[in-house]
Amino acid sequence: MAVWFTRSGNVARHLKRNMGFLGKLNHSFLGFHQRNSSLVSPIDESYRNAVVVLNNAMALFSVRCSESTLAEAQRDSRYDEHENQILDFPGGQVTFTSEMRFISESPEKRTKCYQVLDDNGRPILGTSFQPLSKEFAVRMYSNMVTLQTMDTIFYEAQRQGRISFYVTSNGEEAINIASAAALTFDDVVLPQYREPGVLLWRGFTLQEFANQCFGNKGDNGKGRQMPIHYGSKKLNYFTVSSTIATQLPQAVGAAYSLKMDSKDACVITYFGDGGTSEGDFHAALNFAAVMGAPVIFICRNNGWAISTPTSEQFRSDGIVVRGQAYGVRSIRVDGNDALAVYTAVQTAREMAISEHRPILIEALTYRVGHHSTSDDSTKYRPVDEIEHWRMARDPVTRFRKWVEWNGWWSDEDESELRSSARKQILHAIQVAEKVEKPPLSDLFTDVYDHLPSNLLEQERLLRETIKRHPQDYPPEVPM
Amino acid sequence: MLGIIRQKVGSAGFPASIVGQALQRVRPTAFASRNYSTAAKEMTVRDALNSALDEEMSADPKVFLMGEEVGEYQGAYKISKGLLEKYGPERVLDTPITEAGFAGIGVGAAYYGLRPVVEFMTFNFSMQAIDHIINSAAKSNYMSAGQLSVPIVFRGPNGAAAGVGAQHSQCYAAWYGSCPGLKVLAPYSSEDARGLLKAAIRDPDPVVFLENELLYGESFPVSAEALDSSFVLPIGKAKIEREGKDVTITAFSKMVGYALKAADILAKEGISAEIINLRSIRPLDRSTINASVWKTNRLVTVEEGFPQHGVGAEICMSVIEESFGYLDAPVERIAGADVPMPYAANLERMAVPQVEDIVRAAKRACYRSVPMAAAA
Repeated sequence: MAVWFTRSGNVARHLKRNMGFLGKLNHSFLGFHQRNSSLVSPIDESYRNAVVVLNNAMALFSVRCSESTLAEAQRDSRYDEHENQILDFPGGQVTFTSEMRFISESPEKRTKCYQVLDDNGRPILGTSFQPLSKEFAVRMYSNMVTLQTMDTIFYEAQRQGRISFYVTSNGEEAINIASAAALTFDDVVLPQYREPGVLLWRGFTLQEFANQCFGNKGDNGKGRQMPIHYGSKKLNYFTVSSTIATQLPQAVGAAYSLKMDSKDACVITYFGDGGTSEGDFHAALNFAAVMGAPVIFICRNNGWAISTPTSEQFRSDGIVVRGQAYGVRSIRVDGNDALAVYTAVQTAREMAISEHRPILIEALTYRVGHHSTSDDSTKYRPVDEIEHWRMARDPVTRFRKWVEWNGWWSDEDESELRSSARKQILHAIQVAEKVEKPPLSDLFTDVYDHLPSNLLEQERLLRETIKRHPQDYPPEVPM
Repeated sequence: MLGIIRQKVGSAGFPASIVGQALQRVRPTAFASRNYSTAAKEMTVRDALNSALDEEMSADPKVFLMGEEVGEYQGAYKISKGLLEKYGPERVLDTPITEAGFAGIGVGAAYYGLRPVVEFMTFNFSMQAIDHIINSAAKSNYMSAGQLSVPIVFRGPNGAAAGVGAQHSQCYAAWYGSCPGLKVLAPYSSEDARGLLKAAIRDPDPVVFLENELLYGESFPVSAEALDSSFVLPIGKAKIEREGKDVTITAFSKMVGYALKAADILAKEGISAEIINLRSIRPLDRSTINASVWKTNRLVTVEEGFPQHGVGAEICMSVIEESFGYLDAPVERIAGADVPMPYAANLERMAVPQVEDIVRAAKRACYRSVPMAAAA
């Protein structure tokens, strides 16, 4: 625990560091505003009163969503029960205050994190969560183990040179599987790239994963993309796109479409802590709130954006506090606690669909693996920190303990599952390696809905050239 | 005509269109360069776009309009006038000021099956959304192997207006025209505007629809056929606005009007110019352009945008590839000056092609004056 906080920066320590500068600012303010008899320094008190000020303001701030912004007749100013003046401004009523008080840049206490199971997999006393049947819980656990095993073996395959690239989701198995389990297959998924578990849950086979990574004929992406850029229209999982956070406004658009169709479904979209710095994050949350789009935004705050720690990514209290800034209901959840994630996502889904609103879920976790196979994270973070999170805070182990505690799992089941998963994945890789590559015609299709004549022409010319100079072309590309 | 049919035709699908073009040429060309039909009704480009949007939204409930000021304000250039009142705020969305945001949202809606029409106040602002236009819209069908189709239309005014300076005057035809996966259209007349916008909305691929602010208020005659709600123009087909035999002049958008005026001036000097209204930047109607060059043997390309890597450069290369033997003179390229658009009226006038520039280029191509290189 201590290791984690030291490395990632303590919010309170940030505050204390800056106080000296702000203290100096106070004096100049006091000099100017002498007519104010109650000289409460605007900054000193703010740490204690920040929450109070915010709450007061929010209580009196009436939000009118669908009013026209046409000018209204100036109303006489009125007064509330504390003799504070109320005035209408565009956007709603605001109470005035004679005290100049700045809202603190950080709260005194960080937003609390919803957790169901403790580190030993026992439900915390007094906690509420969605109960699971044995079958469902075992299914969740099996998927988590399969995901973990798949990641390990594919990573090794990349290191052996059998595939060119891979991205693991080590440490985020609970977020992947539990969030997927809380949804229906009608809910549309727009992933970033660290959520293959959602596909796995929905039935994407190990062979299909392998086919995409090898870019062979069996890939339903026709070998067009790098490994891990899975997509399946059938399973309502939009194809992974490398660009960061572009899926966020797209998710809002798709959710709007669902809303117009009045479907009993929502959109779920995933992104990391780094992705929240993109302009698309801002636009998406803002828009979703304005449009009332039924979309669940899940931020996998795993502490690292390649080598950038969250302390260098943003200065806010994580991502959850940003929700309210956009008018989006939000919650912070222990991302390594499968039951907490499951319960939160399920509740979020109901809210999103029935109330036509977006929900923001910040799932705190840790990126145990490297960013990708092109990264060596030991270069920018300590090995003991990684090991701590890999062993002591493993979400798979934690959920296993809960499942075992319920009497639903045993050591034999465990070893059988792990060896079976391993065997299946190895087999899938062996098969995928031998499958033919996609045919040449797949180079030219799908640029447009219909193959245009210029591309037909190019294909014809290419075939002619290959026929005339076969030695210059790779033999394993089927014509 | 026989010569055209005898020539090597690039690939499948063109012979029919060549015959179609030939048939079009049989229609009587009137003396006023714009009268190509017998209709009396005139319509501004603005009304043409408005009626096209109205009809497509009425025919297909999946079509919706999104952009800044398109709703309550009736459209920054009044193109969407009356649409909010008719279709309600669910289908005409006033967006916050985030081009990247609403372009992304539009693409997401299109992924899921709606048919958004996204308006940029000018295409200069589309640069803030260009990642979504290229990486999310243009490439998605290919990258997802046909699973994610994006039937979206990005439209708005493109190119120079009058006195709006460097950041509001750039022409984006060449930028978007170079990207596979996109279709790029540039209407000129009201008939173009109606037919092409309807075709764009119905098309399953992402379309960039480049209008022109100065053309919005111009009136053109429209035929009864064009007024019908099922009227569409084919994407990828240019139009011969005026037939000629001495020199081919290609242009799109506002420059078509300039080229037609230049053709009048050239006619007085005995040069018969054939004016091709490209209508479609991508796919470029190479066969019509080449067929015209086979006839006239001389080519002048006209565009408002910057010269380097412009539309004219692509047309020139296409003609060299297919019709080199037919050229009797080097291809002349008229483009905007290679500077960010200046504001002062006199400087602006010099930074954009004028009718006189087109006339001079046509004469150079016809050897009626000394070539530019020789004069240097």
